Amino acid sequence: MNKQVFITSIILTLFAVIGGGLVAFTEKSTAAQIQFNEKQSLLRTLNTIIPSTQYDNDITQSTITIAASPHLGTDKESVVYVAMKNKKPVAFIFNAIAPNGYNGKIYLLVGIYTDGRIAGTRVVKHRETPGLGDAIEERRSDWILGFNNHSLDSLSEKQWKVNRDGGEFDQFTGATITPRAVVKAVHQSLLYFNANKQQLLESASTSASNGEG
Amino acid sequence: MSSDFQKISQDGLWTNNVALVQLLGLCPLLAVTGTFINGLGLGIATLLTLVLSNASVSIIRHWVRPEIRIPVFVLIIASIVTTIEMLMHAWFSELYYILGIFIPLIVTNCSIIARAESFAVKNPILPSVIDGFMMGIGFLAVLVLLGGLREIIGFGTLFDYSHLMFGEAARDWTIAIEDYRGFLLAVLPPGAFIGLGLLIAVKNAIDLKKTKTQTVTLQTAEQNA
Repeated sequence: MNKQVFITSIILTLFAVIGGGLVAFTEKSTAAQIQFNEKQSLLRTLNTIIPSTQYDNDITQSTITIAASPHLGTDKESVVYVAMKNKKPVAFIFNAIAPNGYNGKIYLLVGIYTDGRIAGTRVVKHRETPGLGDAIEERRSDWILGFNNHSLDSLSEKQWKVNRDGGEFDQFTGATITPRAVVKAVHQSLLYFNANKQQLLESASTSASNGEG
Repeated sequence: MSSDFQKISQDGLWTNNVALVQLLGLCPLLAVTGTFINGLGLGIATLLTLVLSNASVSIIRHWVRPEIRIPVFVLIIASIVTTIEMLMHAWFSELYYILGIFIPLIVTNCSIIARAESFAVKNPILPSVIDGFMMGIGFLAVLVLLGGLREIIGFGTLFDYSHLMFGEAARDWTIAIEDYRGFLLAVLPPGAFIGLGLLIAVKNAIDLKKTKTQTVTLQTAEQNA
């Protein structure tokens, strides 16, 4: 009886080792490709916000880590990507979260030029209703492009709202909550940028010189 | 022997179809079939898993004691699925991001362990592989059909996002109905349930018609006799 238990456990162990070995081998042989894909996918998204002709640095590597901020909707540290040309910052791309979507948080990337204009905004992740709220995605509608080139100067605080609330941005038929949340998050990101501009520019130039060294 | 294979194929594709008759693996089936390509992606991953797991289980069927067969099957299936997941992440990363959690969840697709337990463990390798393949194709066909239908009715397009799977050249494959506003219900979860229900109904109707014609021919044969 004891012998049987022994053999059985040996067999089971053997399969665990073979299975584990297979997974470990695949993990090792795909790790580099997966990392490359993740970087490419990030770069593609960032390039839709700021065209690659407008900067000349390795934007996925050139980052600043900033503390959690209620303006950006973040509750822990987040990363800011810095686009630079000729070693001067051109734009900052923030990870922002709209906390009050129809179906939870909406994750955004908000690109802001150093002069305070919006370079571009993209929705990274959301769970809004398909067919109604998902028009915030660029592949579904042009709505998200409506932020481009707007700033705190071009629109007053009252105008940074959807039409129904007396602002400048369209809402969707059947979905007001989703665009309202996105408009607010973009406006808040601009406020954050405005308040922290000096600090961001300083960190950007330090990280640039670090990058050289 | 060839009639055996014919029976296995017929079982997998029609009589005992995983999605339409056994009603297994419904969670991924209903969740990812928003578009044709999503259905195809998950279908191929499930098909691969079924073939590989059936083959491995069949190979080891003489060594594994009955008491530990279930943990061994689970180990095999989990290793295969994890491997496929990583390969997809490496080579079809965009599709991987869309299918997301449903790739690792293939582990929990009951149809895979059901085939291991009810077929592969009792049969030689070749029939087991064919069984896995046919069951997989049957599942894939339903995924693709449901995905295609929901895409056409919901968005008014077909083969959208083909480039996720077939590269940049496939971007033009998308067929779009002009001026179609979309029908939201088809895209939402209820649309998946209704669509699957209709597919099952159609299958049953076809089966019913078949038996009727058979009975009628039998009856005429009796009368003639």
